[in-house]
Amino acid sequence: MDNREIKSIIESLLFVWGEPLSLKDISNVLEMEEEKVKNIIDEMIDEFNYNRRGLKINQISDSYQLTTRPEHYDWIKKLYIPNTKKTLSNAALETLSIVAYRQPITKSEIESIRGVRCDKPIESLIERNLIEEQGRLERTGRPIIYGTGEEFLKYFGLSSLDELPKLDGLGAMDIEEK
Amino acid sequence: MDYKVVIETFEGPLDLLLHLIEKAKVDIYDIPIKEITNQYIEYIKNMQELDLEVTSEFLIMASTLLEIKSKMLLPSYKDGKNECQQLEMEEVDPRLELVERLVEYKKYKMAADKLRDKEIIQKKVFTKLKEEIVIEENCELPLEGLDLDKLVKSLNNVIKKINNKYKAVDIDEIQRDEITLEEGIDRIVRKLDNHSKINFSKLFDENSTRSEIVVSFLSVLELIKMKYVTVSQEINFADIIIIKK
Repeated sequence: MDNREIKSIIESLLFVWGEPLSLKDISNVLEMEEEKVKNIIDEMIDEFNYNRRGLKINQISDSYQLTTRPEHYDWIKKLYIPNTKKTLSNAALETLSIVAYRQPITKSEIESIRGVRCDKPIESLIERNLIEEQGRLERTGRPIIYGTGEEFLKYFGLSSLDELPKLDGLGAMDIEEK
Repeated sequence: MDYKVVIETFEGPLDLLLHLIEKAKVDIYDIPIKEITNQYIEYIKNMQELDLEVTSEFLIMASTLLEIKSKMLLPSYKDGKNECQQLEMEEVDPRLELVERLVEYKKYKMAADKLRDKEIIQKKVFTKLKEEIVIEENCELPLEGLDLDKLVKSLNNVIKKINNKYKAVDIDEIQRDEITLEEGIDRIVRKLDNHSKINFSKLFDENSTRSEIVVSFLSVLELIKMKYVTVSQEINFADIIIIKK
């Protein structure tokens, strides 16, 4: 099979599956090596972009998903009666940021950074699967430790945690030097 | 007249402080504690006047600021020169801890803003849910070796099953109340005409149905509500004594 054919098949697989499909699964179906498949998909991502395809291939950790382009949202909207997708509250977003950068982290650590209680934000973030409980710290009170959940990367369109925006600002260490 | 307006909602005392510091255009590493503390407390007062919730964290921060402010006023810090060398070494800027907290918080606040931008873009992206796809290959119905006889038999079985189903359905009747609430109340009132006190148990006998007992109890409750009677009970589960008022 030439690459063009392979790409064509991958496109069908992604379409039918709808949800993120892992590199492993795609490679198994094609009976090809994962690395080879990954290179082909990377090419596809570029090609889709270059040709202004209405669909793009999104990478979420080791899986891929076909999605629409955010720029076309207003056009697509015309087909739907929009149900306003709720965004996160500021409190939840702040809490989530702290978890994302500092995971694993306990609730009281989060609260001491924010300076306020975090029960409600944590609750709603867990509900949305943006954070998850990842065990407990072995010390008094055995507090729960949190990390980002399954939906986190997808929610912000990140392909991995490495893509988190860099933190600005000097670290605590630098203050003493001043 | 001095109208101070509370425009923004802050996520907490650190958020408010950052705002005040930025508004005053001062260096976060050299906060003019006196001014900032005053502004902070002024803001809290406004919040209270507008009936906005000032949570304990805000108040704790206010006292922290006041503590820092008073520490800064102590001569040992301001002078810098000290007769006692030891003290000098231990001298720590009382603002330090607060500044560290502010810087830390600011880091994540800014990260949150960047994530917010990403969130907004992602909300405009659509994806398809996985569909239920049943791929039927080789749908060979074993249609061999059948005859009319078997068809009739299976039809009979189906009919039998249906009939059994209907038989199994119990048709329950909802019993109408044997006595109504009004009648129950009447009964009790009439009994109370003759005696000022009666026992609840005396309101019915062995032949009374459960619904009669329930209605009697409800009637007693009604009478209590109407302030026609009071009740008393010596110990739990003892007989209830109904006393005409």
